[in-house]
Parts: sequence; structure tokens; C-alpha cells
Amino acid sequence: MQPLTEVVSRTVVLRERNIDTDQIIPARFLTTTQRKGLGKHAFNDWRALADGSPNPEFPFNRAENAGARILVAGRNFGCGSSREHAPWALTDLGLRAVISAEIADIFRSNALKNGLLPIVLDGAIVDELLDQPGIELRIDVAQRSVTLPDGRVAHFPLDAFARTCLLEGVDQLGYLLKQDAAIARFESTRLEQHTQEFRHAR
Amino acid sequence: MTSQPRTLFDKLWDAHIVTPETEAAPAILYVDLHLIHEVTSPQAFAELDARGLPVRRPERTKGTLDHSTPTLPANANGQLPYVNDEARAQVDTLRANCRRFGVELFDYDSPQRGIVHVMGPELGLTQPGQTIVCGDSHTATHGAFGALAFGIGTSEVGHVLATQCLLQRKPKTLAIEVNGALPPGVGAKDLILHVIGVIGVNGGTGHVIEYRGSAIRALSMEQRMTVCNMSIEAGARAGLIAPDDVTFDYLRGRPRAPQGDAFGAAVEEWKRLRTDEGATFDREVRIDARDIQPTVTWGTHPGQVAAVSAQVPGGDDADDAKARDYMGWEANAAVAGRAVDVVFVGSCTNSRLSDLREAAGVLRGRRVHPRVRMLVVPGSEQVKREAEREGIDRIVRDAGAEWREPGCSMCIAMNGDLVGAGQLAVSTSNRNFEGRQGKGARTVLASPATAAACAVAGEITDPRPYLTTQPAPHSAAQLETV
Repeated sequence: MQPLTEVVSRTVVLRERNIDTDQIIPARFLTTTQRKGLGKHAFNDWRALADGSPNPEFPFNRAENAGARILVAGRNFGCGSSREHAPWALTDLGLRAVISAEIADIFRSNALKNGLLPIVLDGAIVDELLDQPGIELRIDVAQRSVTLPDGRVAHFPLDAFARTCLLEGVDQLGYLLKQDAAIARFESTRLEQHTQEFRHAR
Repeated sequence: MTSQPRTLFDKLWDAHIVTPETEAAPAILYVDLHLIHEVTSPQAFAELDARGLPVRRPERTKGTLDHSTPTLPANANGQLPYVNDEARAQVDTLRANCRRFGVELFDYDSPQRGIVHVMGPELGLTQPGQTIVCGDSHTATHGAFGALAFGIGTSEVGHVLATQCLLQRKPKTLAIEVNGALPPGVGAKDLILHVIGVIGVNGGTGHVIEYRGSAIRALSMEQRMTVCNMSIEAGARAGLIAPDDVTFDYLRGRPRAPQGDAFGAAVEEWKRLRTDEGATFDREVRIDARDIQPTVTWGTHPGQVAAVSAQVPGGDDADDAKARDYMGWEANAAVAGRAVDVVFVGSCTNSRLSDLREAAGVLRGRRVHPRVRMLVVPGSEQVKREAEREGIDRIVRDAGAEWREPGCSMCIAMNGDLVGAGQLAVSTSNRNFEGRQGKGARTVLASPATAAACAVAGEITDPRPYLTTQPAPHSAAQLETV
């Protein structure tokens, strides 16, 4: 994973609350066996008008939003399916951060494994951001802060481990593999009591 | 290990900690059972390949084919009617990965293949006290057995394959206590839709739910699975029910459950899996079962629910207005009476034998309304066999509905089983998101009884009259001439 220390970008805004992962990437695009190339299907069903032509009003269809790296969305972003295809699609669009008043648990976990920073801010600030699409924000991962154009700074929660992983590009699987001795110890002690279940599970 | 009273969740969590969490690092949580399917696993196996890693504990991972799989039988040449070549390739990829890494796969030739959350419990793979994960958010289903079960992303599928562990921060706990008796004709699906309506589509975010109370204890194992299955629709990754005699009776004799004396010993262990007297939850919600009526969703997320006898909300809430617009409702419209195009009985929420019996009880001697297309999709090969032994397939077909092969089918609608744009589907599945069942499709979530009643009536309707009365002797024949 590439380290992520700072994101400076204008925002793209999707005001809707409860944007579920079926909206981010509809299920019919999940037959892929790859991680890459899903950006073209991101928000597929919101991008087109009924006749199939691109909806000129949809933010990700608008020229001024090309290259934007920060999405500001309504409360409870990323609810629903656990599909990691959702953060894959968003990062493929070039996004590196999502700001919302609430972000769903599984989406949040998946986003962090793909260098997409989930930022939860106070509802009043998010409302302000939702009302001003296109403003430039500066996100500082080390400081856990978002700086608004007028200089105000909002802080967001980010646990120390997630922060380190982003800043240093730590690969979480690599981290887990290094815990092999502890895992082996756990298996040899506790699991001895529980072998029965898997003796039958073969 | 400690005298302090603990919740069921605490006990499950504590028993699986390889390394406790600190401020600097999350806990390392050991996974007892890992379930995989074709959609969320290929990129995880690719990660193992890229690093030259084996699967650490292949006997603890079990695979099935369910999401991309056709629910129509193979043609005369033995070819399955996949929606496209990519879907076929995805299934072939899982098959190849399981073979290469030594993982047991319940393939098409297995009499035990099924939707992952139907198959695990049915085989007795799912057991109280386990940690169970799957790259699928409805893994919460297995919590009905007093297991800590939750959905993970594909990167985490790779973590579990390679290390049998996950990095996890301890979630908060939410007790949902449902007391009293459910009214006649009201079931587990109505209960959980009502609960989600009360706490909201994000009401469980950051929490593990424990469902408690006399109404929960009174549920069968299959009904408990329906309840836990939809925990994620309230934002909770996991939902739990403490195991009891209902659980133990369900598991006894299942092929992958402990057998003989070992079963008795396991039950003694499992009986300790309950929240101690005096243990506290981060939040508690109390619900009176007597308030629950046949309930459906009217909107575009599972928290937008109404009793079948009620109205769609009016008001100027932007999200409600957007949902009304997508679903084609007027403000304050009556839910009942809305014309229905498609009815789907199936999914990991409601495709078990008791669900199919419930639907068949309504369909018996009746006909599906001429404007309605109805699909009934059993959750597993075993459910299909048992249902056919009881003649449920014949009741379904005689009513004019389609009887399909097991799979996720129209719930996630990625195998070609689709609802058309603008059509209204009453579905026993778990998600009514925009386009969930097909681009532009409109979904109303309901119980199997309500779905079947809607199929017969051709409109959204209260199922209770269909449950208490049998059709007049000649009504089926008369309707056939419509």
C-alpha cells in the first residue's frame, strides 16, 4: 500500500444519506476476479439517465470534478454489502478520502486497507461541506485534521494503528504474518480443547 | 477466568484473543471457521499467490458456490446457463483455488451445496462459541447459534486464509430485548424489520447486537437465523443469540457437529455461553412483541419500514421523499393495495425449509395472480430435497410459480435472475436498496407468508387472512380460467 500523509483537493459532494455499497458498485459488476478497473462502474446507476446517456448533473460526470480526491457524502456512507469492490471502485476513480458524519463499519475497515481514508466529522461541519461542493480541503493524516478554506481546522478520530498503516504504507497482512509465533502458541494451547469440533469437520 | 460478569459477546471475544488490543494496535482475533464463496475470494487467493503463501489451516475454510450461480438447471449438453463468461470463470477460479490450496469445496456435484449461510448451519459446521467469518455481510446469520460471526472484506479474507486471524478493535454491545408473544401470523421477518425500523438503518453501527427476551427464546433456530441475518441492515456487523435447548436440538446429529459423547460434552461447554447476571451492555433497547404486525419495507433501505396496514410516510424529509420517488409512492399512500409484478421467496434470510413451508401454506390450492411472476429458490440442495419430499415444489408449480435450483438468485441479482426496471418486487431477501434486484427495480422486503399472499393477491396485502382460511374447494380451478 502506498503511504498516505496528506490529501489536498477540491471536494465532490453526494448529499444522499445511507449511500450503500450497491450504489457505489452494483452487484452485476462483481463477477470480476480482479481488483482494478472498477472505477468505470462506480455509481453506475446514478451516472446515466433513463435513456442511457450520461446524467450531466451527476457530480462524477462533471468536468470540474475530474481529479478530485475527496468525497463528501451524507450520513451512514457505505452501508450494506461487505464488498471490497466499493473502495476499489472509489480509489480507481482517484479518491483518497471520504468524509461523512457516519461511515459504515465494514466499508470503513475495507477502505483503510486500500489507502482510502474514512473521515468522520461532526454533523454540523459535514453539513457545511455538503452545502459547498468544490471547496478545497487539506487533510493531514498525522495530525488527524481537515483544514477548511477559511483556516478552521476539524479533527477526526483515527486509531493509532490505522494512522501508522496509512502514514507508513504498512501492509496489514505482512504485520499479521509477523505474529506467527503468537498465533501458533494460541493454536497449541486453546485449540487443544476444541479439536473435537474440527475432528468432525474434516 | 474473571469474576466480573460478562456478556455473551465478551466471552466469545475473550476466548479468541491471540494478542489483546492496545492503544497502538488492534487485537488479533482467531477465526474458528472461515466460509468462502466465488465472489469475494478470488482476489484474496491472488494475494496469497503473489506472496507465495499457503492457507494456514485449510481444514478451517469451507467453500461453496452461490452468488454467481445459475438457478436454472443445466441444458441437454450439461452446460449451466451462466449470465456471462465472467461468472463462469469466477466459479472456475474458486474451484481451482480450493483444489490448489486444499480447501473443501461444496461444488455442484455435492448434495450439500447451498447459500453459504444456509449450508454452514445445516451441516453443523456452525457451532456455538465459534468465531465465524466470511466475505459476506450476512455472516451475522451464524450468530443465531451463539457464535461471533461477521462479514469481512476481501483483504481480510486473505488475512484469514494466510494467518487464520484478523486485526480487530473491540466493538460495543447493544442488547435488543424483545418480550411478549408475537401475534398470530407475525413471524421472525416481521420482528427484525420492526426492530430495524425502531433502531434505524445505522442504529447498530459500531455494535454487536445480542437479541434477548422471551420473544427471541420462543423462536425456532431457522427463525433466529432470519433475525440475526439482518443485523447488518441496522449497521451491526454481528448479531448474537445465546444458545439453548433449541440450538442444541437443532445441532444434534448434524454431519459436521460433534457426535455421540462428544456432543454431550460440547453441550456442557455451550451452556456457559450466556450473558452473566449483572453484565452490562453499552446500549439497551426494549421492544414489545405484541406491537409487531406483518411488516414490510416501503423505501430504499431496510430501516424504511411500515406495517402492511399502515401508510407510507408523508413529510418533507429529503431521504424519505427520494425513496418515495424511486419506489413510485405518493406521500401518505396506503401500503396495502399496491400492484405487485414479481415475488421472490429465497435468500440467506428466508430460504430454509420452514420459510418454504410458510410460503407453500399460503399457495396451497391457490394461484399466483396472472400479472405476477413468482420465483421460489431453496437455500440449499438439502432444503430443495426436503421440500420436494414434502411436495412443496408441486404446490409452488401448481400455483404458477417457478421452482428453481439453490442459490442467492434474485436477492443480489448477479446471476441473471433480475427484476425489471420500474417493476415492484415483494421479496423475502434482506436489501431493498435502489437497483439491488436489477437496475431500476423496486423492492419491498417481506416475510415468506406476506410474499406468498402478495403473489396470490397481485398486490401488497396482509397475509393473515391467507393463513387462517383455506381456499374454497373450486377457487383454484376457477382462477385458472382468469
